[in-house]
Amino acid sequence: MSCNPEGRVPAFARGVRLQRDRVREQWVIQAPERAFIVDDIAAAVLQRVSGDVTLAHIIDDLTTAYDAPRETIASDVLSMVADLVDRQALVWRS
Amino acid sequence: MTLPAPPMSLLAELTHRCPLQCPYCSNPEALEPVAQELSTQEWIRVFDEAADLGVLQVHFSGGEPMVRRDLSELVRHAVRKGLYTNLITSGVLMDSKALGALSSAGLDHVQLSFQDVAPIMAEHIGGMKGAQEKKIEAARLVVADGMPLTLNFVVHRLNVERIPQMFDLAEELGARRVEIAHTQYYGWGLRNRRALLPTREQLQQSEHDVAAARERFGTRMAIDFVTPDYYADEPKPCMGGWGQRFLNITPSGRVLPCHAAETIPGVLFPDVRETGLARIWNESKLFGMFRGTDWMPEPCRSCARKEEDWGGCRCQALALTGRADATDPVCRLSPDRGLVDKAIVQTDDQPFVYRRMGRNAAG
Ligand code: SF4
Ligand code: SF4
Repeated sequence: MSCNPEGRVPAFARGVRLQRDRVREQWVIQAPERAFIVDDIAAAVLQRVSGDVTLAHIIDDLTTAYDAPRETIASDVLSMVADLVDRQALVWRS
Repeated sequence: MTLPAPPMSLLAELTHRCPLQCPYCSNPEALEPVAQELSTQEWIRVFDEAADLGVLQVHFSGGEPMVRRDLSELVRHAVRKGLYTNLITSGVLMDSKALGALSSAGLDHVQLSFQDVAPIMAEHIGGMKGAQEKKIEAARLVVADGMPLTLNFVVHRLNVERIPQMFDLAEELGARRVEIAHTQYYGWGLRNRRALLPTREQLQQSEHDVAAARERFGTRMAIDFVTPDYYADEPKPCMGGWGQRFLNITPSGRVLPCHAAETIPGVLFPDVRETGLARIWNESKLFGMFRGTDWMPEPCRSCARKEEDWGGCRCQALALTGRADATDPVCRLSPDRGLVDKAIVQTDDQPFVYRRMGRNAAG
């Protein structure tokens, strides 16, 4: 485990996934006994959670894609991922 | 005409067969025989139609869905359609071979029911000897596979005192979620209400025990608590509102807005063998009957909560008042609340009427 949070690798917990809801045209997290709607920003982050890339890599990628300050993106990503880990939707792969 | 919002989840009752005989089972009193069950191909078509309609999650239920030999084939198909697959099981038919097949079919989650923590009581309630050991083994297999596991406990007068031990068992087995659900009183539960309804003190203790568990586990364990609405002042929004989020399909293919809806007299129950699912959801008389707020009588019609609880449970209204379109009598504002208050004081230790195929006429 790295002390720098950006060095860590998030992954979806077993039984949890991001999915496009084609009928309602939105993104959802499918989890045991419930589906949560996620906004497009969260979906952009979660699409990059593959279980083998670091948060640093995800943040860099989003910074390029959205042309926004890296710091802002980093703080959003870190807090969102921490929240989903807390709710057991994501786990740390390393 | 605008179409109603599409359903979120489908409860697929694959069969009414079950080795257990819980006296609060949510199946109807008239259980459907094997010969009428939908075939593999028919279920596959239903899942295709459900996915196209907007269903996101399928709950494979029963009876005991594991008695169907085609279960993993059905799961595999639902997974292929992007549906989230949940198996609701008693666990008594689980072994490593069956779990292996389900796991490789892509099953997402297992909800395992326990009748109690104390084996003697659990087996008295479920009416099956040796069940507890099999359930514990089933839980271990699921957790060893890595699949998320929910333990479900239906609580009532005879087991409600052991909620703390129920959480201990869940922790020991490695469950990620726990559901503590007070018995709902319609169908079999209503027949056994005198023996099952908890006292007010027991209810308060259960609320306290669940709050303590929430404190103890924090976010490590997700906890769902269903309170018995007889002691509440307002009813629950049954199924998130009639025909708004949820579909139930019986073993023979009848499509219902909730699993007790077949008790409602004078309506035709749509059938997947005859009509497509989208048409049933969007156009059938049954699904439109209590959808939204137009059907409501007073006091619901002019109540501020009408879009929160949707007037409560239609089946409970029917079972207690004889009218499916009455305000749920659990509500303090209902003119029929006296029926619920009377039931609360009418309890005794009469023996159960076990849920049985064919033998359910006598008490
Ligand atoms: S509630 Fe009990 S009897 Fe009914 S289906 Fe579930 S395990 Fe079987
Ligand atoms: S009057 Fe009707 S809408 Fe209002 S709280 Fe009671 S059941 Fe719910």
